Amino acid sequence: MSNVPSELRYSDTHEWARLEDDGTIVIGITDHAQHLLGDLVFVELPDEGIELKGGDEAGVVESVKAASDFYSPITGEVVEVNEELQDSPALVNTDPYGDGWLFRIQPEDTSEFDALLDADAYNEQISEEE
Amino acid sequence: MHNRTPFYQQHLDAHALMVDFFGWQMPLHYGSQIAEHNKVRQDAGMFDVSHMTVVDLLGAGGREFLRYLLANDVDRLSHPGKAIYSCMLDDQGGVLDDLIVYYRAPDNYRLILNSATRAKDLAWLEKNANGLPVFIQTRPELAMLAVQGPHAKEKLLSVLTPAQADAISTLQPFEAVDIANWFIARTGYTGEDGFECVFPAEEAETFWKKLLAAGVAPCGLGARDTLRLEAGMMLYGQDMDETTTPLESGLAWTVAWEPSSREFIGRAALEAQKESGVKRKMVGLILEDKGVIRPGYTVIVDGLNKGAVTSGTFSPTLEKSIALARVNADVGKSCQIDIRGKLKAAQVVAPRFVKHGKIIV
Repeated sequence: MSNVPSELRYSDTHEWARLEDDGTIVIGITDHAQHLLGDLVFVELPDEGIELKGGDEAGVVESVKAASDFYSPITGEVVEVNEELQDSPALVNTDPYGDGWLFRIQPEDTSEFDALLDADAYNEQISEEE
Repeated sequence: MHNRTPFYQQHLDAHALMVDFFGWQMPLHYGSQIAEHNKVRQDAGMFDVSHMTVVDLLGAGGREFLRYLLANDVDRLSHPGKAIYSCMLDDQGGVLDDLIVYYRAPDNYRLILNSATRAKDLAWLEKNANGLPVFIQTRPELAMLAVQGPHAKEKLLSVLTPAQADAISTLQPFEAVDIANWFIARTGYTGEDGFECVFPAEEAETFWKKLLAAGVAPCGLGARDTLRLEAGMMLYGQDMDETTTPLESGLAWTVAWEPSSREFIGRAALEAQKESGVKRKMVGLILEDKGVIRPGYTVIVDGLNKGAVTSGTFSPTLEKSIALARVNADVGKSCQIDIRGKLKAAQVVAPRFVKHGKIIV
């Protein structure tokens, strides 16, 4: 069974999002997604400062097996990316909700966050896929 | 189709991620493909290869049949117990499959062929055996397990019966032995020392559990692919198929031209290709930039398309992306790879990266 923390929000393309106290939103890929991809060997992150729209391609995660795009579930400016992943892409496998985060975004409008799936809805989606 | 091997339950017990592999339920990995890969390079791992096709050729006509059927020559097998790798070609010299043939007795050869090509292979064997005194017997009831790695031999010896252990203790690479109902060959698909064991399916569970207790790690198809790619071993259906000949697949060394009097299927086509000059070659690639080369990516030199990647992955041993590619014969020591629209630099090398745990490029 995949780990789906209840305090996070989710996209149907397997990203998670966490609203921080400063109003920024941290994005990563879910435990379910990293498990399906297998060992990650390379992560291509978005450039800091670029504007993304909700649903835009934000970068690529590559495992031994395959390359997979990831998307920004939120519209806003990329204010930080996880540089640690350049040398240690496997952090996404070992700690997808912690040290394996991908990027931080300054949202235009937090209602987009509220509209994402909650843990129950995401759990339901991945159990249908299995 | 969802065929299950005799090790199906063992895979589930080891928490394998199971995938459909040409109709077979097979383990992709048991948690970490890279950890499994490294275990085989440094210690010992085991692979369920029971999905592969085992065919015994029985009868006095086996030798004559195989000398016509295969591009390599079974007369190179000097004594029973020897094995040889070969391509099986069609009349145009295209590769129908690659296989290992084991010489067990003058009236008994064993072929181990790919799983995905099973129906095509069997039809081709039947068609070409026409009239020869040879009986083609498939052996779907047998299990097959590969034990591979620098410590494979000592760990395997520790779980075999004294008679089996004695029988394999002197086996050289590409030799095999029959011992009671077991067939054990010193062959593999990883570039490491190791053995491939063929035995009755009802013994599968016990054998697996003994190896597990001896510290042999279960390894999935994922690790099998990265290990064979590092070792420069071609994968049928990906690195070569009916549209390519052995001469443009890095497999010229497996074609036995001598004696020139031996007629084999595809010989005339290969001779014609050799005569007119082989225009494409198989090379290895090492990516100098970050990223991963994947099958189908274009190889570019001076802005021109020079060929395509056939196999590409991340190499756990080199910690870089490596690939096999079929390119024009004039490609030199460097090229660029089109990775999703970005050109990235790669070094062109001989198609072999790792041997017995050591990087050789």
